[in-house]
Amino acid sequence: MRWAWRPWRPWRPWRAWRAALLLCAVVGCSVPGASALAPAQASDAGSVMQLLHAERSLYRQVLIYQQGGTRCLCFTRLCTIGRQSCMDVAQPDRLVFDYTRMMLGALLLGPPPQDILIIGLGGGTLPRALTHLLPQAQLDLVEIDPAVVQVASDYFAFRSDEHLHVHVEDGRTYVRHALRAGRQYDLIMLDAYDHQYIPEHMLTAEFLQEVHGLLRSGAVLAANTFSSSRLYDNESVTYRRVFGEFFNLRSANRVILTRLGGLPALDSVRANAARWAGEFRLLGFDPADLVGLYSRRVDWNTQARVLTDQYSPANLLNAR
Amino acid sequence: MHRTWLYLEALWSGFFVMGLELLGGRLLAPYFGSSIYVWGAIITVFMLALSVGYLLGGRWSRHAPTLRRLSLLLVAAAATAVPTMLFGDVLLDTLAEHVSDPRVGSLSAALLLFLVPTVISGMVSPYAVRLLVADRAGAGAAAGLLYFVSTFGSAAGTLLTSFFLVLYFDVNQILWAMTGISCLVGAIGAALAAAPEDAQS
Repeated sequence: MRWAWRPWRPWRPWRAWRAALLLCAVVGCSVPGASALAPAQASDAGSVMQLLHAERSLYRQVLIYQQGGTRCLCFTRLCTIGRQSCMDVAQPDRLVFDYTRMMLGALLLGPPPQDILIIGLGGGTLPRALTHLLPQAQLDLVEIDPAVVQVASDYFAFRSDEHLHVHVEDGRTYVRHALRAGRQYDLIMLDAYDHQYIPEHMLTAEFLQEVHGLLRSGAVLAANTFSSSRLYDNESVTYRRVFGEFFNLRSANRVILTRLGGLPALDSVRANAARWAGEFRLLGFDPADLVGLYSRRVDWNTQARVLTDQYSPANLLNAR
Repeated sequence: MHRTWLYLEALWSGFFVMGLELLGGRLLAPYFGSSIYVWGAIITVFMLALSVGYLLGGRWSRHAPTLRRLSLLLVAAAATAVPTMLFGDVLLDTLAEHVSDPRVGSLSAALLLFLVPTVISGMVSPYAVRLLVADRAGAGAAAGLLYFVSTFGSAAGTLLTSFFLVLYFDVNQILWAMTGISCLVGAIGAALAAAPEDAQS
């Protein structure tokens, strides 16, 4: 319904936006939504936020902004609700967002993965980092919106090759097809949720059970999800139901990390962090800094209702 | 009383159709995703079914129309929605297994699950217009009021389902409740039709 009834507004962004942005810079107001996370922001605060690209895709607005040396993919004007993905133009490998670092924390849970599935492309930050860290790994990448794949390659130096296959498809149907084909992964990353709209069929116990079926024993799941709202409780009990105990990493975002066959001890996480330290340096951080975030604490309402295909009002819960 | 109930049946039928459509999207998503194709398929099937329903309802209204028969339409629409709750999962699973294209898959799924109940629901409005219209001068006003009532019901069904009902109930619980209400409204309508009182219809 959401897409079907929305009137298609003709939109000629260039001139109006340039003027508005210039005015914004002159008055000295800060960029809305830029408060969260990015360390790169401080050095760029004085420069003008420039709109590089705008289009209305099948699913949403796709906007590319650049401010100083940071280029971001956004799904709302002026990135008011949150940026999807950002890249340091001079050092594309450096990770700008906390959550991408936390997602890569999945690598600290076990041996280096060979077969990797990522659902949700954004600016292609995660596949870029993983290709850098694991040049021999095979990556399958699923993105529902062809426009996002296009801008990722036009503006974020994203390339598919023999190690990286892009599937333009709904994440849930991809998982079903992969299950039937008997595919197996060592690492699956779920990065398909944004603040504006959550694909509700990809947050249910049945979906997670299907994802579970794609994981080899000892394989790792990383999910970038929600840190606030009532949904936090429902989501927590749903992951718990399917995967048992998980590491709950919280900053502005929330990342769930879990492993089939039980979580490793923190000592082994620390040892893995030390092993990865060299490779992670180019990404701009030390994985040892993450270890403090690996929490097993149950800080949610365990009586919350599990999300299922029959009951998944994720967007309504997220709005509360 | 007959007239009031007739409007109520149209109102509920509108509610039922949109509730079914929204929940239909929910039912298909696990199997075909929630890409724009899936919603496109569902909306296409509902629009197509309603258009056919209008045609058939109008035709059928020429043959001895009664409130009893109108009420029967509500019950029939509900009854044909029951297999969705009972066998929907199996059917969707089988379809998803054999059809890999989400467009073909969701279109055939929506046709199989929702075509019949929606065609029957679509028959309600023109049939009810026939029962309401006493003379040519009042025909437009009667039809207008009926469209108002039934489309208002659709709006209510859309809003209540998507904003509230899914927050508290399982999809199938809502569907069972809706079919139950359809049967109840239909049964009361049939009972009223059997009672001799009203002179108006």
